[in-house]
Amino acid sequence: MGAAHQAYLLEARQMQALSFAVHIPLVCFGIAFPAMVLFCEWLYLRSGDQLYRTLARRWTRIMAALFAVGVITGTILSFEMGLLWPNFTATFGSVFGLGFAIEGFSFFMEAIFIGIYIYGWNRLSPRAHFWSGIPIVIAGMTGSLMVIAVNAWMNHPGGFRMAGHKAVDIHPLKALFANGFLWPELTHMYIAGYIVTGFLVAGAYAIGRLRGKWGRYERTALAIPLTIAALASPVQVLVGDWAARDVAVQQPVKLAAFEGLAHTTKGASEHILGWYEDEKVKYGIGIPKLLSFLAFHNPEATVQGLDTVPKDRQPPINVVRFAFQAMVGIGTLLALLGAWLLAVRVRRRRLPESKWFYRAVAIAGPASLVALIAGWVTTEVGRQPWVVYHVMLTSEAVTGAGGIVVGYTALALVYLGVACGVVWILRRLARAPLGGEPSSPPSTAAAG
Amino acid sequence: MHLYEVPLIFVLVGLVLYAVLAGADFGAGFWQLLAGPGERGAPIRDHAHEAMAPVWEANHVWLIFVLTVTWTAYPSAFGAIASTLCVPLFIAALGIVMRGAAYALRAGTSSVREQDRVDLVFALSSVTTPFALGTVIGAIASRTVPVGNAAGGLLSSWTGATPLIVGVLAVANSAYIAAVFLAADAKRTGRPRELQEALRARALVAGAVAGLVAVAGLIVLHADAHFLYTRLFEGSALAAVIVSALAGLATLALVFARLYEFARYSAGLAVAAVIAGWALAQRPALLKGLTVQQAAAPHDTLVLVIVAVLGGGLILFPSLALLFRLVLRGRLDYGEDADGAPALAVSDGSGLTRLLAVSSSGLLARVAGACLLIGFGTLTVAEAGWAHAIGVVALLGFMCVGFLAIVPAQMAELERE
Repeated sequence: MGAAHQAYLLEARQMQALSFAVHIPLVCFGIAFPAMVLFCEWLYLRSGDQLYRTLARRWTRIMAALFAVGVITGTILSFEMGLLWPNFTATFGSVFGLGFAIEGFSFFMEAIFIGIYIYGWNRLSPRAHFWSGIPIVIAGMTGSLMVIAVNAWMNHPGGFRMAGHKAVDIHPLKALFANGFLWPELTHMYIAGYIVTGFLVAGAYAIGRLRGKWGRYERTALAIPLTIAALASPVQVLVGDWAARDVAVQQPVKLAAFEGLAHTTKGASEHILGWYEDEKVKYGIGIPKLLSFLAFHNPEATVQGLDTVPKDRQPPINVVRFAFQAMVGIGTLLALLGAWLLAVRVRRRRLPESKWFYRAVAIAGPASLVALIAGWVTTEVGRQPWVVYHVMLTSEAVTGAGGIVVGYTALALVYLGVACGVVWILRRLARAPLGGEPSSPPSTAAAG
Repeated sequence: MHLYEVPLIFVLVGLVLYAVLAGADFGAGFWQLLAGPGERGAPIRDHAHEAMAPVWEANHVWLIFVLTVTWTAYPSAFGAIASTLCVPLFIAALGIVMRGAAYALRAGTSSVREQDRVDLVFALSSVTTPFALGTVIGAIASRTVPVGNAAGGLLSSWTGATPLIVGVLAVANSAYIAAVFLAADAKRTGRPRELQEALRARALVAGAVAGLVAVAGLIVLHADAHFLYTRLFEGSALAAVIVSALAGLATLALVFARLYEFARYSAGLAVAAVIAGWALAQRPALLKGLTVQQAAAPHDTLVLVIVAVLGGGLILFPSLALLFRLVLRGRLDYGEDADGAPALAVSDGSGLTRLLAVSSSGLLARVAGACLLIGFGTLTVAEAGWAHAIGVVALLGFMCVGFLAIVPAQMAELERE
């Protein structure tokens, strides 16, 4: 690869990052929201209470709008596989492509049944309608399994060997599914989907409560997603720890970048906050031996440092470290918030009443999005400069076509327009009553 | 036929289905554009939107199918095509984004002015997208895509006469198919006769135009891509060309006779035959200097792709049939219905009651707590892989059981308040 490729490598990476950051929150809604909508519908089927039906229908409209935007932003990602990284796809398409081919069928099932579900309210029998939603939930699982299988393979490649610049001896199933990296990463992302969706949806109603909208409808609409997020966020701390221990073994340089560990160290300490400079973390709070303990369950364990690879094979330390700390910090706070809800529930059998709790829930939605994107920055930037870890450099994968900056600008502008449109329609849908049905009960009617 | 050609057949079938189904969707946008803004064009614009809204996402997935099977089974060809033809592909991608966004946003519009704006974005991108994708096909057919990373001209590769005429053909053909489909839908759903007749007239005109563009295309091929021209008039490719021409004429006749349902299928056949003819004429080359055999992935990958597609098809086609049957039977027709909820035979709620009883005894909460402890022990403390598997299951169990312990009881409390 020549210098020309390098010139727009950064632009290509940023364009990919933009496309990804726009798509991944929608993936969370694709994973978790159908299950929440279906739960409401199930309550309606069980109780006949119109309130649950109204809630499920309102959420269906939001689900429909977000799914449509998810479809198109996901399409951009699949185009970019060829538009930005043609050498990656040309070299390894036969190794990892199967995952996407299967994912395509998941996507098909999702699109077909979401079409049936959205347009089937009142046109299918209630029971048939409920069942038409189940494939959407399953397709959300299989779809994330396949996509994460490919990403896990990029981090921990196997199922082939290189002969010159060609991949040979290819075993796609082994590459995709016999990969230890897959399971922590998949679990981590799948649970993240429930946390992000749960806190974002609950956050909208928490803001409503702070403004005095607090009828039975609002309480129900807050309690369901919030309980899910509250249960999922402590679990995520444990799953994240599991994933990090895997990284420590399989991608030691990435872990060293998380922690800003310049030299291989026995009994390494953990640094919270601070800034990496001159081969050490400055202004951070150091906790002796904690890193060794967390990574290897042994306070005296040796942790590999950044100096085990040359400088041009290290990821950008501060970006990765800052993203990692943001994810862990926010994740921990979310887990505490979840624990607060669970504790009040178990001891008092009600929702918390403190205003500060609802303020925290309102912030938790956007904060969980930040943690989600920070997590993906951690793993994707942390893998740099490799696109396929220790096999292909990102600079070898990038397109030879110039003018990426034009495409990047165009995409950024279009996405800005789409983002404005999404905000606009969500506000519209939040206000619009459901045609032919009583809108949500007025908030003042219900007693406190 | 060889193993290495089988995935290509899947790709071509996907391409036919995309050209027909998503083509109808693009064409609907074209007719929205021609219908113009405001009240006058509203009947056609609304009908076009309502006919496509439940199915556009499923139709769109055929493109993803084509992309993923291509990059898995013929990765080097995919890399060459995507890098050299990045400009038209990117134009198509942006068009797809804007169309999808318009679908999402139209649901929230409340005034005619807002709707006009959304419809305009939708309609313009409905023309640029098939045109751009058509130039991609034209470029591949006229051999302007060399092997390698962006080895061809970024502009010259797709701005030759052949790519451009194929782009125009894609737009004309989409408009034609859409008019036929919309006329059929209008008749089926009992739309006003004027609308049916207006769509019939559009179908007849568009059919004639598409036919003329196809003939013009042959003249262009003769001058610009003579090798393809000569191969088109030999052997099995010639048969496909003849089938396509006959099916196109038959569609016109069926539309003329107002037999729109049959016209749907003959229009689809015409498109399928064109694509088949192109593939047969180009065989065995995929790109300039690259045969299908050379581009194909190794044996194991090909076998797995074939298994995956056939297996996926077993689930996909019944599901698609369900969707289209519901749409065509009119049971999914768009529009808010006047009455509220349908009569619901409320179950006695025994499952729920039992759940509430178990939950109030605190058993579920204790089970959830136990799951959390087991999860912590096996996932966080233990080191073995099998223990981690148990840990993940236990933690997911904590989430599910915890949810059941809390939410149904909470709902019951809220109902009582």
